[in-house]
Amino acid sequence: MNRIVKIGKKKRLSRLDRIYVLRIIEGLWGTFVRLWRKPFTQKYPEVKRHPLGGYRGLHRLNKDWQGRVKCVACYMCATVCPAKCIRIVAGEAPWEDRDKYPVEFEIDELRCIFCGFCEMACPENAINLTPIYEYSQYNRKDFLLDKEKLMEINEWWSLPQYSKEYIKKKEIEEAKSKSH
Amino acid sequence: MSETLIFLLIVFIKMIIVAFGLMIIFAFTTVWERKLAGFIQDRLGPNRIGPYGMFQVVADGLKMFLKEEVFPNRAHRALYLVAPVIFLTPALMIFAVIPFGDTIRLFGRDISLVVVPDINIGILFIFAFASLGIYGVITAGWASNNKFSLHAGLRSAAQLISYEVVLLLSALPPLMAAGSLNLSKVVEYQSGLYLGFLPRWNLLIMLPGAIIFFVAMLAELNRLPFDMVECEQELVAGVHLEYSSMKFAAFYMGEYMNMLTACMLFTCLFLGGWLYPGYHSLRADDPNLAAAIGIIVFGIKLCIMISFIIQLRWTLPRFRYDQLMNLCWKRLLPITLVWIFLVALGILLFKPAVSVIAAGL
Repeated sequence: MNRIVKIGKKKRLSRLDRIYVLRIIEGLWGTFVRLWRKPFTQKYPEVKRHPLGGYRGLHRLNKDWQGRVKCVACYMCATVCPAKCIRIVAGEAPWEDRDKYPVEFEIDELRCIFCGFCEMACPENAINLTPIYEYSQYNRKDFLLDKEKLMEINEWWSLPQYSKEYIKKKEIEEAKSKSH
Repeated sequence: MSETLIFLLIVFIKMIIVAFGLMIIFAFTTVWERKLAGFIQDRLGPNRIGPYGMFQVVADGLKMFLKEEVFPNRAHRALYLVAPVIFLTPALMIFAVIPFGDTIRLFGRDISLVVVPDINIGILFIFAFASLGIYGVITAGWASNNKFSLHAGLRSAAQLISYEVVLLLSALPPLMAAGSLNLSKVVEYQSGLYLGFLPRWNLLIMLPGAIIFFVAMLAELNRLPFDMVECEQELVAGVHLEYSSMKFAAFYMGEYMNMLTACMLFTCLFLGGWLYPGYHSLRADDPNLAAAIGIIVFGIKLCIMISFIIQLRWTLPRFRYDQLMNLCWKRLLPITLVWIFLVALGILLFKPAVSVIAAGL
């Protein structure tokens, strides 16, 4: 391994480059072309972003076909949770098809690190991370989501501002208003 | 009313119109700079206030007003306060002699669209006042009791003085060709067409001189790529490091005013001012209409110049200080001297022929 590395030898600019002007014109052309490109900016508050699949946002508790909570209070999620943000109180299920159900199910969204382990650990596909990213509150208490709130999130997801169709419609409207 | 009084009144009215017009242009220039920066970087730029973010400047101004007035410890109070004024005033003074249109006829008298008409030392006046702005920079650096500010002030003073030489020398060829220091005469010299379609702007025959003038102009303005006054890596912020609130705004405004002046000067010297093809035939029919269109044409040329300077800012990396000085003294100055000689020779040999051809066309 006998390799010679030349250090400190600066490449001398060619005569053309040392005049600067031609290279500057080249650069100006570059920025001029950039001027006409479509901006990448997403106009967020007006147009909601649609996150890609696999985005880990707010939790939800899924319901079965009868509208009951799917969870069987097995404590898998609470055990695997690295932030220890899930609190479950199990109780005797009033239904025939299972023994236990969660009397209380509480997630502290401020402690949660959105790793998605609860979703992976769940044997019943009862807990999911939705792509909802707007859940800011004025109060720390409001971040403690109980069972009812977590089950409601199923309906939140169908809000029109999150659907792809809505975003497309908004974009078309905007293009129309711009052309006028 | 005596003639003198009427003359003074007209000058006063023109002064007010120009001052307010400049404030508005300055306001929109700052927004336009940010918008253009956004477009070049595939962003939108400010778009929250007003249509297309046009009134962003109102928010900026309000913010400046509401900022706290910080006064640095053990600074020289009087000089500290007066420095922004020294910087801003010459920038505003210069507009007195820049012609933005030809004469118009109103109420039975000819009114030339310069604040102070028929001033025979126009260019000298401009350079005299432009060089006064340097004192503002040095004073600000020295008075604010900060080593970084002082260093920035000295450095930019050296830069401005060096480039002033090149700027003045490269402004000479158009003046030599026109045979006058009066800017209106310089613009009028550029009227007419080459070969029936090319406007006789100085830019076309004096391109090298125009490029050198432009480079020196950028350096005088402290615009990128020569912004040695403002320099976060080496000098924290530059001479306005210790300035806050409206005192900082005065510096900011002075810079933009200088930019506007320089663009107008370049337009007058090299881009034919308010002239456009077909100007003289229109003027024979309706002088007022021709002059009005002339003002608009002047504005368009000014806009193009400003946009070009802003685009340059987002295109080029900044120069090192030694590179800056090398460029000035070792490259631009000799080239300019040779160029002046060549232009003088050209005028001596070809001017009669050119004027005959132009008269024939």
